[in-house]
This record gives sequence, C-alpha cells and structure tokens, in this order.
Amino acid sequence: MSSSAPNQNNAQIARRSFLQRLGLLGVAAVAAPALLPTDSNGQITTLKGVSDKHRWGLLIDSSKCAAGCDACVRGCNEEHGISSTGNDDTDAQWIRKIDLKDNLTGQLSSLPMMCQHCDSAPCVDVCPTGASFKRADGVVLVNKHTCIGCRYCVMACPYKARSFIHEPLTDQKSWAPRGQGTVESCTLCVHRIDEDNEQQPACAVACTDEAHSAILFGDLNDPNSDISKAMVERQGLQVRSDFDLNTGVRYTKL
Amino acid sequence: MIDHARYATLKPRAFSYWLLLLLCAAMVGIGGYCALAMEHAGHIITGMNNHIVWGLPHVFAVSLIVAASGALNGASLSSVFGLPHYKPVARLSVILSMCLLIGGLLVLVLDLGRPDRLIVAMTTYNFRSIFAWNIFLYTGFLAVGVCYLWMMMESRFNRHTVVAGRVAFAWRIVLTTGTGCIFGFLVGRNALDSALLAPLFIALSLVMGMAVLVLFFVILDRWHSPVLNVQLLQSLRRLQVWFLLSLVYFSVVHHLTNLYATEHHLVERHTLTGDLSGVFWLGHILVGVLLPLSLLTIRSINVGEISRLVISALLSLIGAMALLYVVIIGSQSTPQTLFPGKTVLNSQFGDAGFSAYQPSIWEWGLGGGGIAVALLLCLMLLRILPLLPERLPEIPTRPDRSEK
Repeated sequence: MSSSAPNQNNAQIARRSFLQRLGLLGVAAVAAPALLPTDSNGQITTLKGVSDKHRWGLLIDSSKCAAGCDACVRGCNEEHGISSTGNDDTDAQWIRKIDLKDNLTGQLSSLPMMCQHCDSAPCVDVCPTGASFKRADGVVLVNKHTCIGCRYCVMACPYKARSFIHEPLTDQKSWAPRGQGTVESCTLCVHRIDEDNEQQPACAVACTDEAHSAILFGDLNDPNSDISKAMVERQGLQVRSDFDLNTGVRYTKL
Repeated sequence: MIDHARYATLKPRAFSYWLLLLLCAAMVGIGGYCALAMEHAGHIITGMNNHIVWGLPHVFAVSLIVAASGALNGASLSSVFGLPHYKPVARLSVILSMCLLIGGLLVLVLDLGRPDRLIVAMTTYNFRSIFAWNIFLYTGFLAVGVCYLWMMMESRFNRHTVVAGRVAFAWRIVLTTGTGCIFGFLVGRNALDSALLAPLFIALSLVMGMAVLVLFFVILDRWHSPVLNVQLLQSLRRLQVWFLLSLVYFSVVHHLTNLYATEHHLVERHTLTGDLSGVFWLGHILVGVLLPLSLLTIRSINVGEISRLVISALLSLIGAMALLYVVIIGSQSTPQTLFPGKTVLNSQFGDAGFSAYQPSIWEWGLGGGGIAVALLLCLMLLRILPLLPERLPEIPTRPDRSEK
C-alpha cells in the first residue's frame, strides 16, 4: 500500500499536467481564428490576392439575351464538368435560362439565372457549419470539406440557384471539385478570377462567342470598370430587390 | 417535495411486449439498411430532387422531434403546473420524450448528404444559422432531460424536481420555437415566410405529445397496471381538446393571412385546391382535427371507452404528420416567385410550374426506422430503469380494477 502512494501521487500530477495542457490547447483552438487576418467585413483573408478591394459581379442585359439560346449554360457545364444524366430534376443546375412575359405589357424577355452572389447571402446565414461562405471579394462558394449535405441553403436560396448532388460523379475537373451528397452552385468561375483578374467567366465568354454579349463581368468596386460604368448608364437591377440582399449579379431591361 | 411513490422496472410477461420489441428491432434493421443504401447510391434512389430537397425523412424527423417536445407534457403538468395525477407518469413522460428526440435526430442525420461528416456538424458552428442553434437545443434538451429524470429518481434531489421541470419546460418551448423557425426564417419561400410557424409548431407539439403519451400509457397499462386512472384519462381528454383547438386556430390564422396577401395566393391555391388539397383537408383538417375533436367531445371518456381516446390519438398523429407534409413538401413544390409581375413562359429548371414528389421505399424505411429506434430504446429503458409506478397513491383507482 505504501509503495503505491507515490505512484498514485505521480499519476495525479501527470493527470493534472495533461488536463492543463488540454485546457491550453482548447484555449488556443478557440483563440486562433480570432488572430487570423480579417477584412472590414470580418472575412478571413488568408487566400492570396483575395481582398475586399474587388467585388466581382455580372451585369446581364436581358434585351441582348436571345430566347432559345443556352450557350451560357453549355459553356458553364463544359467548364465545370457538369454532364447531364437525362434527369433535369436531379442534375446540377448552376445556370439556367428563363423566358418571361410581362403581365401588364406583354413584353417578352429571356435571361440566365444563377447564384446572385449576394452580399447578405441567405445561404451563408443558414449554413450550420459555415460551409457556405462569402469570400472577401464577394464570391459565394461552398467548402466541399465541411458541407454536410443538409440542403438548408437550397431551401433558403430565394433564386433556386443551388443544386444538391444526388449521385456519384466521375470525370471531374481539377479546378471545379464537386462531390456526391454536397451542395454546389455557380462559382463565378473563381478559378479564372484567382488565376487572372482579366479572365471572363465561361458563361460570359460563351455568350460573347455567340455574338450576344449579354453578360458583362467585372469589378463592381472599381468605378472605372466597364461593368460599373454600364451599371450606372443602364441601371442594373436586382432580382427580388425587395429582399435587399445587395446581389453581385444585376440585370438590365428586366 | 420528496416523491414517496414507488417505481418498478417493466417485467413483461405479455407476448405483445416481445412481439413489439422484435418488430421494432426488425424495423431498425430495415431503417439502417435504407440509410446505408441512400449513403452508398446517393439520394438519387429517393424521390427527392433539386426541387424537393427535403422529403419524407424530414417529415418523419420533424414529427418525431415535435412529438418529443410534446411528450414532456406529462412531466411538465406534474412539476410545473402541479397536477398530482401526472406525477406517477412523469418519469415515463421524460423518457419517452428523450427517446423520440433521439429517433428524430437519427433520421435527420442519416438523411444528410454526408452523414459521415456528423463530426463536422458537431464541431464547426455558424452561429448565424438557426440550424446550428437547433443542434444545441436538441443536445441540450437531452442533457436537461437526463438531469430532470435524475432529480426525479434520486430521492436526495427530489426537492430540485420543480426547478428541473421548469428548466425542461422552458427548454422544450424554445426548442419547438427553434424548429418552427427553421422553416419560418426562409424568406425566399412564400409558404414558409411566417412568424406564425413557431406557435403553430408549439401547438402541433402539444397535440402530438399528448397523442403519443396516450398511446404509450395505454400500452403500458396493458403490460403493467396501474398507469392509467379515470382522473388521468379525463385530464388527457380535456387537454387534447384544447390543444387540437389551438392547433386549428394557428393553422386557420396562418392560411387566412396568406390568403390576404396576393403574393401568397399561388401557395394557398396549391394547398387548398391543388395537388396537396387532399392531404390538407382530409389529412390535417378532417382526420387530424375534426374527427379527434368529435371523438373527444361527444361525451366524457370512461374507463371502458379508452378505445375512443386511443383512436383519437392515432388520428391526431396522422393529421399532424399530414400538416407537416403540407408545410415541408408543399413549400417546395410551389414554384418560388423570382419575378413578381411576370409570367415564366419557359424554364430549364421548373420555375414555371409545380414540382411533383413521390417518396421512395427507402425514405419510408428510414422514417419508419426512426420511429422504431425511439420505441426500441424506450422499451429497453423501461426494463432497466424503475420508471413505472407500482401503484397510484391518493388517486381513485379504475373502477374495473377495484371491482376485481
């Protein structure tokens, strides 16, 4: 019994020391995110080159968008390796074409609808794990490693712009990681933005190639950019502006 | 307030106990297999799609969670509202409540696109999300339930039962409000964007909770008398009438406010006269409210008429699930209004019309598995813990028993 007493004492000290270290580790884990550099919106800005100096967005001129043309959709699908399984209801729909008729004037219009990259994104608000996030430059993305596939963001999106992946995927593009059981949406071709700010998203390129040039991409924070000037001249409108989400995608002649 | 009543574990001699246990175990197995199949093949094997992303498993999960909150009624009526005839069944109420919640959470988790990432959900939080708050509310409810049960079962701590009961009562109100807010906060969906969903869910929880308590008590009364007596029966009946009236009140007010706002007319047309009208009128209104109310209010229930209480409880549960089906599925099958003042002529992704949903056998299996888990857990805990009253002191015993 007497020999076991020091051992017991040592074990207690070791346990106390272990608990102290565990406590320190816990404090460090909690404090660490607070020490990371953030921008004025509280966004973590560890990604090289991503800052709130830019706010990327699109201006879509629906008067130039042709009904029946889906070049932007095809361009997007090709760029991101989105293939059809023959079931539109379960296939990913990063961008879709919608034809409209004004109830009063009967005026017809056509436009592409995709993630509107909202400043106050409902999908970001509702995501329980923070997998849906907005970068400092306004691009709304899904972290594929922390998305648990709860689909609450799909429910919350006022634009029906998010897709849940229902089945296993093959032949993915390295720049557009996707995964069964997770949610995805338009990334504004963020891989192109990160590579070179002057590159246009695939949908805009495809639209220009079809000689419509209905989709204009650029920096909304730069007053001298083409998109900012066009926004002032042609009054870029938000879809469902009543939600006051300050969308990064705007429309003219809506 | 020391609990002088004596409690016992369930010592079943009835064949029906073992049969129910076996059925539950089999259903748990089936549910587990369905969950595995869904995880392996993806949600493509379900009836869900990118229009209806929350399907039948959510209806089952929310039903179980809402019923769990309501099942605490029995204990709350004893500890918080001081009704002595609920005291002998308070332990049963708490244990049923926790088991139902576990069953509901299991369905919710196994319906995730990536259930293997549960650890992410438990360690990475976005506190702006009501969903994240609900994770704390659900796990907290289980912790509060365990404490509450402990205070009741440990004679040294009996004096804290009232405090624990009040905390549990407040917690379940917040929990059900939070569950209602998961839907009520969705401003982009005309069918859901309403603060009324929170009190509606609370009324729904009271109805469902009372119904599951009635069924639970009646079954236990068959295996281990005495659980029910006239006083308890009459109280259950009276309360269920009020709960049903409060449910239909909130439901009617919800739809009337929607009918007043033009932007909600499409949703209301879909619910009241469209594809979901059968589920709404027959399921929710007729089966879920009118029939149970009729059965409960024709005349007071005597001991020989327990079947009337049981049938009304079953109908209430079916009706409550029908209402949740309308809320959850109906809100998704109605097209979202993207362009007020314009008509969608064509869309590559179903913006023009209503979306169809046909639940698959896998979803039924998973949902049924959740119910079975709750029951199985409950049946096993009844054998381990002294939860059943050995007798009902100071309360008139049932006439048929006193005659024997």
